[in-house]
Amino acid sequence: MSNAVKQAPAALLPHMRPRTAGQPDTGAERMTGAQSLIRSLEEAGAETVFGIPGGSILPAYDPMMDSTRVRHVLVRHEQGAGHAATGYAQATGKVGVCMATSGPGATNLVTPIADAYMDSVPLVAITGQVPSKAIGTDAFQEADIVGITMPVTKHNFLVTDADDIPRTVAEAFRIASTGRPGPVLIDITKDALQAATTFRWPTRTDLPGYRPVTKPHAKQIREAARLISTSSRPVLYVGGGVLKARATDELRTLAELTGAPVVTTLMALGAFPGSHPQHVGMPGMHGDVAAVAALQKADLIVALGARFDDRVTGRLDGFAPHAKVVHADIDPAEISKNRLADVPIVGDAREVLLALSDAVRAEREDGRAGDCTAWWRELDQWRTTYPRGYELPADPGLLSPQQVIERIGQLAPQGTLFASGVGQHQMWAAQFLPHEEPGTWFNSGGAGTMGYAVPAAMGAKAGRPERTVWAIDGDGCFQMTNQELTTCALNNIPIKVAIINNGALGMVRQWQNLFYGARFSNTVLHDGATNADTGSTRGVGSDTNRGTRVPDFVQLSEAMGCVGLRCENPYELDAIIDKANAINDRPVVVDFIVHEDAMVWPMVPAGTSNDDIMAARDVRPDFGDSADD
Amino acid sequence: MSQHTLSVLVEDTPGILARVAALFSRRGFNIDSLAVGTTEHPELSRITVVVRADHQLALEQVTKQLNKLVNVLKIVELEADSAVQRELVLVKVSAGNGTRAQIVQIAELFRARTVDVSPDAVTLEATGSGDKLDAMLRMLAGFGIKELVQSGAIAIGRGSRALADRSARETRPIRLTPSSATTATADAQSA
Repeated sequence: MSNAVKQAPAALLPHMRPRTAGQPDTGAERMTGAQSLIRSLEEAGAETVFGIPGGSILPAYDPMMDSTRVRHVLVRHEQGAGHAATGYAQATGKVGVCMATSGPGATNLVTPIADAYMDSVPLVAITGQVPSKAIGTDAFQEADIVGITMPVTKHNFLVTDADDIPRTVAEAFRIASTGRPGPVLIDITKDALQAATTFRWPTRTDLPGYRPVTKPHAKQIREAARLISTSSRPVLYVGGGVLKARATDELRTLAELTGAPVVTTLMALGAFPGSHPQHVGMPGMHGDVAAVAALQKADLIVALGARFDDRVTGRLDGFAPHAKVVHADIDPAEISKNRLADVPIVGDAREVLLALSDAVRAEREDGRAGDCTAWWRELDQWRTTYPRGYELPADPGLLSPQQVIERIGQLAPQGTLFASGVGQHQMWAAQFLPHEEPGTWFNSGGAGTMGYAVPAAMGAKAGRPERTVWAIDGDGCFQMTNQELTTCALNNIPIKVAIINNGALGMVRQWQNLFYGARFSNTVLHDGATNADTGSTRGVGSDTNRGTRVPDFVQLSEAMGCVGLRCENPYELDAIIDKANAINDRPVVVDFIVHEDAMVWPMVPAGTSNDDIMAARDVRPDFGDSADD
Repeated sequence: MSQHTLSVLVEDTPGILARVAALFSRRGFNIDSLAVGTTEHPELSRITVVVRADHQLALEQVTKQLNKLVNVLKIVELEADSAVQRELVLVKVSAGNGTRAQIVQIAELFRARTVDVSPDAVTLEATGSGDKLDAMLRMLAGFGIKELVQSGAIAIGRGSRALADRSARETRPIRLTPSSATTATADAQSA
């Protein structure tokens, strides 16, 4: 017997039906491929496109000028366009769209596309390509962007025939936004954009090989519910999929029904209110001790739209050794990829949660319910013994980075959206911002893309102009993508940026501090070269070069049309944050000069087990293992 | 490490082979051979891929990741007892007057055909399972193999059903199956 691993429904096999979507005469109009592209974007519901024109994509920019439904934001670097589209998508729940020309324009999109792929963000990237006859000749500004982005897109297309444009755009939007969302790239040759064509918006898309499963299997749900009702140490391990499925109400229902503790990953912050008594925090390398311990000591992990990332599990063979695993995800390939699932459930998180709650209620009616009382006693003990916190610097005149972030969170208007870069400030933002509401926290979780914050905040603000948007950025990250502040200033996108300026690549410096004998090779950003021969910065000594404050972020920001502020001590902290919050007609950048030795705690050192979590330097929590194991 | 033969039915779109091959390389899957060709439906291609997996989970991961490719329509694992699997080999063997007859005799034993002869070489064409071809090549090695070309394996299920058939439809819930995997190399030498 052959073992059918996958079978497209026979009715969908392409040979059964010719692959022409749409009705032949519905709304057919003659136009160019470029006009057809813009019309297609309009029909697909794209309202904002971030991009930069260039030779190959040039034909598309002409009809773009006439579109009343598509707003194009002219960015300063294609990477900014990609991250802006990502921020837009995450803030609005719609598909983000970015556009670039061929060659370097397209390759500059690779990082944000890879970023969106890792974090499952619905994105459609449109690139111009050299004329089809020139493909393969190493033509000017030619790059095989379809080949280059194959590993980092959910799917991609090369369009060489103008007639294919509407169908391709429709398929791209469908693929990007359904199932496990992700980026889709459409590469369109210049001749296809220039050719005459007939515009027909397809009434349906025909993708026989693409059928995401959203409805969970009833038997698996019953099995999961049985495990939940017989478990005494369950944990709901919530990932970004719950936010993407907009299943936060359903999550709360299940959590309160079961009484189980909830941990939310970096990608899921806000999926469950941070202040909810059942929320025990964020798991992972810099997670809360209680959240990490909850997973380690659990007898049942119910993973919902999470993927057992190495930053969450630590050393996989030491992860949650006592737990059975229920793993629900819309992507079957995530299930049992890293950790074997005892009960695999393929489905949309919202449908899974609804079904699970029903099934748990049925278990209750049959008299089965788990008792978490003893479990909560332990969890509460970990929570009270190892709460989130930080030490203020010995010198009371120095700003602590954690304090800055915490106060921004407390003073921000209701409903503020936060975007963060990558590094120490990201972890502190994860730890000390409030995270009460879904869809208010955007960061680069999987890819760890430095420079994400400013353009992502720009995209979020463009999509949700009524909300205050703060970018929490580091001085390293900020220097990668700050040019988009010009875009913000000129396009009425008044974001706020907090530069947590410790003058260093802080997270790398922290690792050097802990694991490389405090040898700070090339992590200090504001020092000049300390070695004339190599130009390498050592980050110690050399007083003449220390703390140059180059660049001056206040002046830099003002040069880009923003209000530049600086805060150097705790006494003026609140006043300056209030001032920034009060400016709404222009972007604001605040340069917070913080002390450089602050470290992110707790920490599970890379490659070690979660059991080896350090609550602070040289402080390993006591989980009562000796009595326990 | 067990060997598995997957038949992958794909839409015949540009770049599909690259998508499949790139997936194997970037996910670190071990691949023994890959063969692609047209099918009875002009818009479909069929890729036969022989993979090595050290456990059932690894094989599942391969098929799940392949399933995520939008142009992949169907994946079937063809097991040795329910499928016919063939490879093609063309081999140029050193041959003089003293050895030519022996070589031709070995070829006959393996039902190989002599497709070219020159004063100092014989070129043979043979089809069969990998095991059979390996055995033949071992027998020929002593004469001196000057050149060897081998195709990837192709395979087809036994019985009347076709991979692209409506009747072949089975839904398989995504869950772990006990290791039903046996090595696919035990193909009977019935050619």
